[in-house]
Amino acid sequence: MTARKSHLEVLPRSLQMLLAGGLVLLIAFPFIGTDFYAQTIARMMILAIFAMSLDLLQGVTGLVSLGHAAFFGLAGYALAFLTPDGEAVGLWWTLPVAIAASGLAALVIGFFVVRTHGIYFIMVTMAFAQMVFYLFFDNKVLGGSDGLYVNFKPAAVLFDLEDKRVFYYFTLAIMLVVYAFLRRLLWSPFGRTLAGIRVNEHRMRAMGFTTFRYKLAAFTLAGALAGLAGYLWGAQTGFVNPELMGFQMSAHAIMMVILGGMGNFAGAIIGAFAFEYLLLWFKDLPTIGAVDLGKHWQLWMGLFIVILVTFAPRGLLGVVERLSRRRGDSGDE
Amino acid sequence: MNDVLLSAQRLTKRFGGLAAVNEVSVDLWRGRIHAVIGPNGAGKSTLTHLLSGDLAPTTGAVVLGEREVTGWSPERISRAGLGRSYQKTNIFLPFTVWENVRLAAQSRAPHSARWLARADHFLSTNENASRAIELAGLADRKSRIAGTISHGEQRQLEIAMSLATAPQVLLLDEPLAGMGTAEAERMVQLLLRIKPDHAIMLVEHDMDAVFALADHLTVMVNGQVIASGTPAQVRADANVQSAYLGEGVQ
Repeated sequence: MTARKSHLEVLPRSLQMLLAGGLVLLIAFPFIGTDFYAQTIARMMILAIFAMSLDLLQGVTGLVSLGHAAFFGLAGYALAFLTPDGEAVGLWWTLPVAIAASGLAALVIGFFVVRTHGIYFIMVTMAFAQMVFYLFFDNKVLGGSDGLYVNFKPAAVLFDLEDKRVFYYFTLAIMLVVYAFLRRLLWSPFGRTLAGIRVNEHRMRAMGFTTFRYKLAAFTLAGALAGLAGYLWGAQTGFVNPELMGFQMSAHAIMMVILGGMGNFAGAIIGAFAFEYLLLWFKDLPTIGAVDLGKHWQLWMGLFIVILVTFAPRGLLGVVERLSRRRGDSGDE
Repeated sequence: MNDVLLSAQRLTKRFGGLAAVNEVSVDLWRGRIHAVIGPNGAGKSTLTHLLSGDLAPTTGAVVLGEREVTGWSPERISRAGLGRSYQKTNIFLPFTVWENVRLAAQSRAPHSARWLARADHFLSTNENASRAIELAGLADRKSRIAGTISHGEQRQLEIAMSLATAPQVLLLDEPLAGMGTAEAERMVQLLLRIKPDHAIMLVEHDMDAVFALADHLTVMVNGQVIASGTPAQVRADANVQSAYLGEGVQ
């Protein structure tokens, strides 16, 4: 199967329409849905940014990181540290600082991990993330196992993020910008180089590419974008704890990317939404007799993903693409 | 001597106690094809790996142009002007033929790290890629997926990718392997076309092609050079006849 098809790098028109429809719904939602659900959707959008950042490594470059949440959590903590107890802190300087903190951590960690390949890369990213996790978990100064509060949302001069609707649209705008940026990057010389590394790193080196540098750049950028998501998470929930950097968070991001379909960023968004939706749905399952089905949501989620990957390895996007092709729409490839 | 573009000096590679390549010296000249032949396991591919940086020699030196490149990484040696093809086809199977070669050409462009420009909008890269595809005779296969073209075309693509990096020296590891007669003939013509501008080392089993192409022959057996010279000299060499060529070659 070609890269375009297996990774849907070129989105067929049917998928573009689907995404456009989704965007219209996202724009309209605060006016038609309740506040509670608008907040849920905002959280999904934040996770979508996180999933897209991982997709740059996993789907595009072929680097499966089991420690990506470390960079997500770090930026959330950065916001918590920068926010004083009694007042809000400025968005326009703390956001870049938080992103830079995550990016810097990714640069340092990446310097060691992108030298490794395959299973070793997975292991080493996990090991580093666990180190970061326990650093925060075990140190009272860093909030310890309880985490830290972010009492006030960051203050932006132009708008009020305490207003839930404003926060929603701010998050939506950032998600769109990240998506547009990454789609553009995918077709840039840098993006093509990363795709080449995924397909055949050995040959890339033989052609003169210093693949280490490209992988390190991708790892750093992915970490910085994960930080962007983590900052928004901290701002939205008003609370950060070590679990944000934990193994589960990293694993969930991998599942989101696989669920939606790798390597095109649209799949990461759809995967994040679908994962969160399924999670809520599974958690709401009723208690039948002595068995609380909802309590075992991880079991159902696991089963669902196993089944999906077995029968539709290209994820939900792949399923939609196949259905639409069957109806005779060949898209604009 | 300034037309010697690559010089391997007494290269040795040991794997444990076994010397896969033992004190081998080879000079590659611009405009000449230097064929390295020998039975399986003679160390020809290992020699290629030593020259391309895929393996580091245990002892000995590799000089590329004016520079000693012994122990350099493959990417550094590639950028210093060496291109190679592989015994086992080593391309980007899911990409189009064009993207395979364009990516190779991009490796030489200063814009390779740019994030926001479209990769296929760089004229000089596109021109270099087009020229290499043209030279390799794949112009009508540009938009095909590399995994779907014939084996012979994939071998041509290998060479196109090497050419797109504008190398001075080309190491071709069995470019005719597994080819039919017509495909082999096309490859021989291709190699003759690119010969004038490059110093080429050709590792090959197809003796017809070797004698049609080579200006210089080195025969390896068990990691060692047993004969080296013009094809006529090598053909007349008694050692070679008993060790390798046998009676099948006149």
